[in-house]
Amino acid sequence: MSEILVVEIWRGAEDGHFQSFDVPRLENQTVLDVVTYVQRKLDPGLSYRFSCRVGMCGSCAMTVNGTPRWTCRTHVSRVAEDGQLQIAPLRNLPVIKDLTVDMRNFFDKLAKAGGAFQSTKARTDNFAQIPPADPRRKQADAGIECIGCAVCYAACDVVTWKPTYLGPAALNRAWTLVNDARDGMGDKRLSLVAGDDGCIACHSQQGCQEHCPKNLSPTAAIAGLKRSVAVAALKGKL
Amino acid sequence: MSEVTQTRLWLAQRISAMVLAVAVAIHLTGIIIAIQGGLSAAEIIGRVGGSFTLAAFYGVFVLACAVHAPIGLRTVLAEMTDLKPVSVNGIAGAFAAVILLMGMQAVLGFYGLGGG
Repeated sequence: MSEILVVEIWRGAEDGHFQSFDVPRLENQTVLDVVTYVQRKLDPGLSYRFSCRVGMCGSCAMTVNGTPRWTCRTHVSRVAEDGQLQIAPLRNLPVIKDLTVDMRNFFDKLAKAGGAFQSTKARTDNFAQIPPADPRRKQADAGIECIGCAVCYAACDVVTWKPTYLGPAALNRAWTLVNDARDGMGDKRLSLVAGDDGCIACHSQQGCQEHCPKNLSPTAAIAGLKRSVAVAALKGKL
Repeated sequence: MSEVTQTRLWLAQRISAMVLAVAVAIHLTGIIIAIQGGLSAAEIIGRVGGSFTLAAFYGVFVLACAVHAPIGLRTVLAEMTDLKPVSVNGIAGAFAAVILLMGMQAVLGFYGLGGG
């Protein structure tokens, strides 16, 4: 193992450049550790986001050697090529500064796709009883662990080509709610995810599921939405 | 264009793809069998000309093409060019008309030539 890691980090906004730093190589070092070292020891002006450091909050995603990843759970040993790392902001989102991107589009699309749970019961009602083996619940469970890191959004070529496309995370969230027996939005949510900017724009390239750090399959969720949207369209319920 | 119409177009493209899958298989099988005895204009007209069944089959084929291809072209133009939606829809619509007119002209032409 080399003693020094050569790290290129994006500096500036959209029209920025890469700046090189030498970072001491350590055992069990994550990419987030590297970025943190640069900010704490070499250049306090470096901007980046992180919070939990344990793969729960979804705030530290960056492009590492060309691939979108959660940096807190990505070991340098797994991604460094010849002792070199190139760290850039996430693709498909406007760069604010250095490694920090503007996430508003991403979160706005979650809302636009009907990502908010709409309860059909009051606080005083009994709990809904849903067997864990219920097929719809299983579909919901398959996508429920999304941490909103936007790695899938950065990996999606359709988002690049069509910036108005809702994207994998928003559609995955919608699919979990379509299958949630407690949710009351029903066909209205399908209307929100139909159309040229919705699930039907997906080309099933599967970049989202290839890169999802939680090993979810937004592609499968989008395929489910396509089936539901098709049935709703045929029944005239959109 | 409303989202319902957009979704219906997508659905039409999927359904026309199913029709095309069957039609292309029949067409390919047909031409492989047909060329066994040689390939000349007279032979083709002899087999195809005046056949209502074949004219109906190729009519459906052309119709499915005229639905399927322009919707795909519309998606490609929307994703890969900076054209406005109205231009994209106009080009796709014109492409559909061209396929339909040229295809139907060929089908009706062969039907009109009659057998042998």
